[in-house]
Amino acid sequence: MAESILRVEGLTKTYGERVVTRVLRGIDLELEAGEFCALTGPSGSGKTTLLNLVGLLDRVTRGKIFLQGRNTVPLDDDERTDLRGHTLGFVFQFHHLLPAFTALENVMLPLLSRHGRRKPWMTERAAELLDDVGLSDRARYKATDLSGGEQQRVAIARALVMDPLLVLADEPTGNLDTQTGEQVMALMRRSNETRGTAFLVVTHDDGVARHCDRKVHMVDGAVDSDTGRGGEE
Amino acid sequence: MPFELFVALRYLRDGRVQTWLILAGIGVGVGVIIFLSALIVGLQASIIDRTLGSQAHIVVRPPEEMPRVLPVPDGDMRATEVQRPPQRIRAITSGKQVEVRLRRLPGVVAVAPTAAGPALAVRGPGTISVTIRGIELETYRTIVDVESRLVDGSFDLAGFHAVVGTELADKLGIGVGGRIRLQVSGGRGGTYTVSGIFDYGSRSLNEGLVFVSLRGAQTLFALEGGFSTLEVRVDDIFEADRLAAGIQDRLGLVADSWMAQNRDLMTGLRSQSASSVMIQVFVILAVALGIASVLAVSVVQKAKEIGILRATGTRTVSVTRIFLLQGAILGTAGSFIGIVLGTVLALFFASLARNPDGSATFPVALTTFLYGRSVAVALVEGCCRPSFPPGTRRAWTPPR
Repeated sequence: MAESILRVEGLTKTYGERVVTRVLRGIDLELEAGEFCALTGPSGSGKTTLLNLVGLLDRVTRGKIFLQGRNTVPLDDDERTDLRGHTLGFVFQFHHLLPAFTALENVMLPLLSRHGRRKPWMTERAAELLDDVGLSDRARYKATDLSGGEQQRVAIARALVMDPLLVLADEPTGNLDTQTGEQVMALMRRSNETRGTAFLVVTHDDGVARHCDRKVHMVDGAVDSDTGRGGEE
Repeated sequence: MPFELFVALRYLRDGRVQTWLILAGIGVGVGVIIFLSALIVGLQASIIDRTLGSQAHIVVRPPEEMPRVLPVPDGDMRATEVQRPPQRIRAITSGKQVEVRLRRLPGVVAVAPTAAGPALAVRGPGTISVTIRGIELETYRTIVDVESRLVDGSFDLAGFHAVVGTELADKLGIGVGGRIRLQVSGGRGGTYTVSGIFDYGSRSLNEGLVFVSLRGAQTLFALEGGFSTLEVRVDDIFEADRLAAGIQDRLGLVADSWMAQNRDLMTGLRSQSASSVMIQVFVILAVALGIASVLAVSVVQKAKEIGILRATGTRTVSVTRIFLLQGAILGTAGSFIGIVLGTVLALFFASLARNPDGSATFPVALTTFLYGRSVAVALVEGCCRPSFPPGTRRAWTPPR
């Protein structure tokens, strides 16, 4: 049995104090190393909220999140940032590259942030990843000078630069045309297969979900179905 | 290059318009502060210099003579009238010892004994009331730089030589080498040869002041080797009042500071300083508000970018450093622009109008302290700005 890299127990998230909105209602979820999992559901079902909580970008109301067996809930901000930096990678719908930096620098950013200073091996590593996503000729382009698909591929390279165990992708093809979306999904799938990186992909596009081995469907802040995991329904 | 500096520089380079607007804001603010301060401080220094160019910081003299009222036996009191005796030129008791004690006082830089009193300057039918000031040039030049005021002849006071002002020389029709008689009360007097003519820039002093040797004045005023006044120079001119009060208390002598003798001037200078401070406060406020309004526009954008940085593993302290560095860079560069702008403006303004003697009508005082203070203001303004965007707090937004 593969190693569990993510375990979520009874995760609840509410917003507001007077008027309380319950976005997540006791979610239980487990993800193993190397899994390629889709998180689907209609708008407002809590997919992105769950992703933000798992990505340590937001605080839980109740419940526990274990990353590599370590409970992340009691961690302070800096501990969460450090853990996020070397365990998780992010791909967002709107790629979220820093417009002031080149494609190469955007990919290098997590390395620079972690090690404090620019080193030659960082450039090599970022260039290698850009090559992997087919953008070695765009390395010196500023993020704003790239097409949507290219920006998303740079974002994937950035998500992989720290060799994370898990990449969290929030609607990674939501802002792309069908063909480019397919290319981006194929790229993530290839990274999953060659590097063994686990992916949790939020989408409401069945076409995207079809690329995944496992599909967790959410409705009204709860897991409605979990299919494909080791042949389970 | 450290990560934070790399990001800070890139943000500044990328946000061209915003960066230039903030730089211009800080530069203009610092420039205005330097220009106004240099002008106001320069004017004040010039006024004080002109005032103190002809007088000592503190003048010590004997207490005024008071009538001694004899005790009257009880019951015999009738109508009485106590008259104040007329004041005469008197020597300070134990003048030499007093001089030594004054020299030892902290804050006192120099002491010069003088013998001064009223006299008549007579040449033929012309008679003008003057004040004779008997000095030893060696000591007196440490109090007032009299030689720099000389416009003709030399400052030779040996024997029966005198130095007079331009106005007196004009009115009595004499020049260097001419002779005048100086007549004091009690019928004493002497004929003096004019060795030099000075210009104090003051009509009353140029007409009414005559320098002779200390020994000559002592003889004229029958002081028998004593000093009628001791003139004092202090290291901090604005401490003169306090020092004068201390001298009065310790030595039992009358001590007048230049501040007491120029109360109206002091009030004017204080008002000028207060208005200068007010102007500077409002300039700083206006610049700070300008910068804040520029930043308000970029807050949303920054919140998103901070979110990206945080999501990719950048710690809060690094984000804070990025913005502090931006502030420090903007503050330093802005203050440099401001220093150049303020200095050029001040020097240009000073060159616009000149006095007849060639000095600037609007003198400016560009000092290291002024520059240092302006740079400090710019750095504080620059470094305070990062607290405005949400980056340094936890108000960043997770990217979507």
